[in-house]
Amino acid sequence: MIVAERKPFEEIKSLLEPYQKVLTVGCGTCVAVCLAGGEKEVGILNAELKIARKLEGKPIETGAITVERQCDMEFLEELDSMVDQYDALLSMACGAGIQFLAERFPEKPVFPAVDTSFIGVNRDVGWYEEKCRACGSCVLGLTAGICPVTMCAKSLFNGPCGGTNKQSCEINVNQPCAWYRIHERLSKQGRLKNIMEIHPPNDWRNQAPRTIIQPGYEERLKAFNGK
Amino acid sequence: MKSESTLEKILRAGQFAFTGELGPPRGTSIAKVREKAKHLVGCVDAVNITDNQTAVVRMASWAASLIALQEGLEPNYQITCRDRNRLAIQADILGAYALGIRNILCLSGDHQQFGDHPQAKGVFDIDSIQLLAMVRAMRDDGKFQSGVDIDEPPKLFIGAAANPFAEPFEWRVHRLAKKVKAGADFIQTQCIYNMKKMREWVKQANDMGLTEQVYILAGITPMKSVGMARYMQTQVPGMDVPEDIIKRLKGVDKNKVGDEGIRIACEQIEEFKEMKGVAGIHLMAIEWEHKVPEIAERAGMLPRPKV
Ligand code: SF4
Repeated sequence: MIVAERKPFEEIKSLLEPYQKVLTVGCGTCVAVCLAGGEKEVGILNAELKIARKLEGKPIETGAITVERQCDMEFLEELDSMVDQYDALLSMACGAGIQFLAERFPEKPVFPAVDTSFIGVNRDVGWYEEKCRACGSCVLGLTAGICPVTMCAKSLFNGPCGGTNKQSCEINVNQPCAWYRIHERLSKQGRLKNIMEIHPPNDWRNQAPRTIIQPGYEERLKAFNGK
Repeated sequence: MKSESTLEKILRAGQFAFTGELGPPRGTSIAKVREKAKHLVGCVDAVNITDNQTAVVRMASWAASLIALQEGLEPNYQITCRDRNRLAIQADILGAYALGIRNILCLSGDHQQFGDHPQAKGVFDIDSIQLLAMVRAMRDDGKFQSGVDIDEPPKLFIGAAANPFAEPFEWRVHRLAKKVKAGADFIQTQCIYNMKKMREWVKQANDMGLTEQVYILAGITPMKSVGMARYMQTQVPGMDVPEDIIKRLKGVDKNKVGDEGIRIACEQIEEFKEMKGVAGIHLMAIEWEHKVPEIAERAGMLPRPKV
């Protein structure tokens, strides 16, 4: 899932300074799971905003709605009848959701309430770890299911480097060395030969915006472009 | 000869090579580079010019390399993958070669988090092994990494670093093999203090036939003080400093510790001269350049061969 962190309150407050009526839009998918931008967080943020603005003598009116997914136009539709009443929209979705919201309502200023951080996993409640950088050419089959692009501080493809500090990465004793683990796991599986060969320079496919059309859906793109 | 490097000539002639190191200044002072270089002239066969060492901004390594060249030293131009992508690296290599640089040392680079700009974006477009393969293809195939032809390819003598100690130890010789396969002509190792492990690693390299394909220069850094030894032991990732070394340094008079450090280094050099598979020494006398003539003399490395 996509993991995000709520922005510091002061930053959100200053983004909204010129506005009196703001609709806070939560997202019920990834950011709800990682406790950053679901229904509950929308309520808390709105309450904080109201109190703070009241104390400043510049009260704010807030609306709240949490849609299933902001990264899906279908679910944004339900906002169509509401947004006119507001001066600005505050989105608690990830960067993708925020952009889709802004695209749907191009007349309205849209602001982010979270910093989108990474694609990661839920290690435990409230505890998330980055696992994927979406580089576009997955090597996990070679590297024992541990991503060198994400988990190695230098995104090495031919590690472990000489900085491996016992079993930690050179950057931090609390950060396990990804390549130490790749080596260990491959060695146990008898697949060390995977990393004996030189891995050529990566084809970085995340350097320009990407679009994927699954086979069989090409017609939709044509129809969209025709509009 | 693969290149026009003097270091290559010396190694090919079977001479025991001796390289040094020079860190460029954190400013524009040519005089500072010349001052450091002056101590090394005549003492070493080539000198490594570090590239934003420890991720701290310094004068560009190609520029300091050219100043060293003017001073009569042969630079070993260090280049890291941290600060440049494949376009910038190849462009710098063309320029460096065009202006007379003949040796290159290919490194991944210390992580930017250690340096003076910890918020910088690390590039790491390619890694050190991919860099080696790229420089080798530039030289031997006359091709850029993209496969496009190079007009007058750079004929560089290609070096790589190796750490014989970092965990997992059994991987270390395989990493060396990868570097050799990628294109390393010579290797300079991490500073060695654990001789037992070093002997084992060299033996593995001998057994795998690697030392017939690559020249290994053993890395030596004399300890200046007990504090430095402790720091290296506990704070520098990938460094292996046995307690014995610290005991020896502690065992002498306070004002004799530096001298004892040099004595240990000289004993190591003596052993390496005889060790099958070791082709020379890489002396990293960090901010101790003025001591290099003394160390070279005491280690019996002078005069340097003329080839
Ligand atoms: S120590 Fe391990 S994780 Fe850290 S940069 Fe080196 S190979 Fe990557």
